[in-house]
Amino acid sequence: MGKKKKISKKSKAKPAKKSKALHFQSPDGITTLGQDWFYSPTVKEHFFKPRNFLTNTSKTGLKQFNGTGLIGSAACGDVMRLWIKVDPQTEKLKECKWQTFGCGSAIASTSMLSVMVTENGGMKVEEALKITPQDILKRLGGLPARKIHCSVLGDKALRAAINDYFRQSGQLERVRGEGKKVIDKVLGITDEDIEHAVLEGAKTFEEVQHKTKVGVHDKACVPEVMQLIHYYRRKHFNED
Amino acid sequence: MKEIYLDFAATTFVRPEVKKAMEPYFTREFGNPGSMHSSGLHAKQALDYAREKVAKTINSRIDEVYFTGSGTESINLAVKGVARACKRAGKGNHVITSRIEHHAVMDSCKDLEKNEGFRITYLPVDKFGLINLEELEKAIAPETILITIMYANNEIGTIQQIAEIAKIAKKHNVLFHTDACQAGYELSVNVQELGVDLMTLNGSKIYGPKGVGMLFVKKGTPIVPIIHGGGQEGGLRSGTENIAGIVGFAKALEICQNAREKEAKRLTKLRDYFIKELFKRIPDIMLNGHPVQRLPNNVNVSILSIEGEAVLLKLNEFGIYASSGSACTSHDLEPSHVVLATGVPFEVAHGSLRFTFGITTNKKQLEFVLKALPPIVKELRNLSPVKLTLKDIEREIEKQKALAASVKVG
Repeated sequence: MGKKKKISKKSKAKPAKKSKALHFQSPDGITTLGQDWFYSPTVKEHFFKPRNFLTNTSKTGLKQFNGTGLIGSAACGDVMRLWIKVDPQTEKLKECKWQTFGCGSAIASTSMLSVMVTENGGMKVEEALKITPQDILKRLGGLPARKIHCSVLGDKALRAAINDYFRQSGQLERVRGEGKKVIDKVLGITDEDIEHAVLEGAKTFEEVQHKTKVGVHDKACVPEVMQLIHYYRRKHFNED
Repeated sequence: MKEIYLDFAATTFVRPEVKKAMEPYFTREFGNPGSMHSSGLHAKQALDYAREKVAKTINSRIDEVYFTGSGTESINLAVKGVARACKRAGKGNHVITSRIEHHAVMDSCKDLEKNEGFRITYLPVDKFGLINLEELEKAIAPETILITIMYANNEIGTIQQIAEIAKIAKKHNVLFHTDACQAGYELSVNVQELGVDLMTLNGSKIYGPKGVGMLFVKKGTPIVPIIHGGGQEGGLRSGTENIAGIVGFAKALEICQNAREKEAKRLTKLRDYFIKELFKRIPDIMLNGHPVQRLPNNVNVSILSIEGEAVLLKLNEFGIYASSGSACTSHDLEPSHVVLATGVPFEVAHGSLRFTFGITTNKKQLEFVLKALPPIVKELRNLSPVKLTLKDIEREIEKQKALAASVKVG
């Protein structure tokens, strides 16, 4: 700032300055030397050109879908809604449309999820149920550590939509309970355990870990645990 | 691409004349003011001159001006230094602050509360972000030693009645510190008029260098250092003085204060125009902060049904730099405690957007923003499954109020 640079050429709306392949990352994993954007190029691509988002939410527009799922709350800062169309013969996801209220990475990760489940003729329902936040992260080229929770919602919304499809198609035996979910796969610690720790007064990841030993061996679950702590603190204490 | 920087509350650039004033002290006059030789003496003279200039600008005594390493450090020194000194002298252990302070104040207070046996009162604010003077006076107890209330809020721009607060503090013989970091550019920082006992300013918000802070400490105020060492700054802040930074700070403050009335007038006009146009062009938005009693350079609005960070990223593509109080832009993933303190629901805080103007801001830039923003909002609202209206929010606020009232009764 301060000095005004004279730009002779008419500047275009999108600069898309290519960052050189420099391999220096800041310790917090947020910035890479030479970048002028906060997220990976793939995240940027999906944020600015989101795929498969739903614009027509009229009754007739929604008729073509046979499953929908809604996860999150505006108060928490993220809401995701998915609509899916499953081919009953092949059990493949033919369409996956969405709407998201949230930050850049939340929007990009929903967009990426919708691509992942519909590409190559569509993913089978049983396969789609296995998608984890890590799978989405990998396709996005990573997210800054403190943004990882944004991709956790996507797989939850998808599971909710598939459950809805099961219900709508009368396959009630296939509906999976939204009850306990194993978070730490090494120690078998569930979301319920984490909720209990929060209810007992644990506020930070360290405090929850102290009580439950979550994440000591299963490092991959740490981001999800942090998201859960955040969620349960809001749910039970509604504190600022 | 032209950059439109509208984040001057985050930090400012260094004015060319300030940079020029600083330059000699990096290589030529690099001495240590504590040394006995000529090189040290030159540095000492520069330091003395800068202190005198600052004292003149804020209308204080020369020996009431202390330089530190940042606004945050000044605040830590003021809050912890005074609190500890008073406690050691057996004067009390109660500090009064507000719920909308900068983290430097809030977390210093929390630390005193948690680890040093202090009692802290966090005063609530009304929907405009103002503290209630009667409530303040009621909160004062015999063991109250310090009131620390910010001059102007960095997020929503609300200006507190500092002189009135100072009167109340004086009446009850309580010390009063104000964090004036956001005020240096457009408001008077005349400590006699304000009547404060301590005041924090810093370089990085007034077109001076980063890494320099100042604390005004009225003579006779009990205060102990938080940094110990060579006894610089009258023993209150050890560490070899950052001469270039201090010279720059003094120059920057002087320029800002000389031009402040004119700038305030110019920016107020721009601010009110910008707010008016935003409301005209974007439906379902709310103004955060006070409509009038607010920093001339601050605009903070909440755009319903979308999230602030997403807007920032879109604006960034147009070269427009702003900031947000959304959870996703904060380190602790919590939305702005300031916006929340004004009584709005979480979803409103998530959609808050702050534009802060400065020297280079002009109407042409704002016109560009006013053109770029509405389509961004439309696009993101299109993507959003949340469809809130102002009515929904009003209902939610009423509900929260009723709940709070019932809790009080119960």
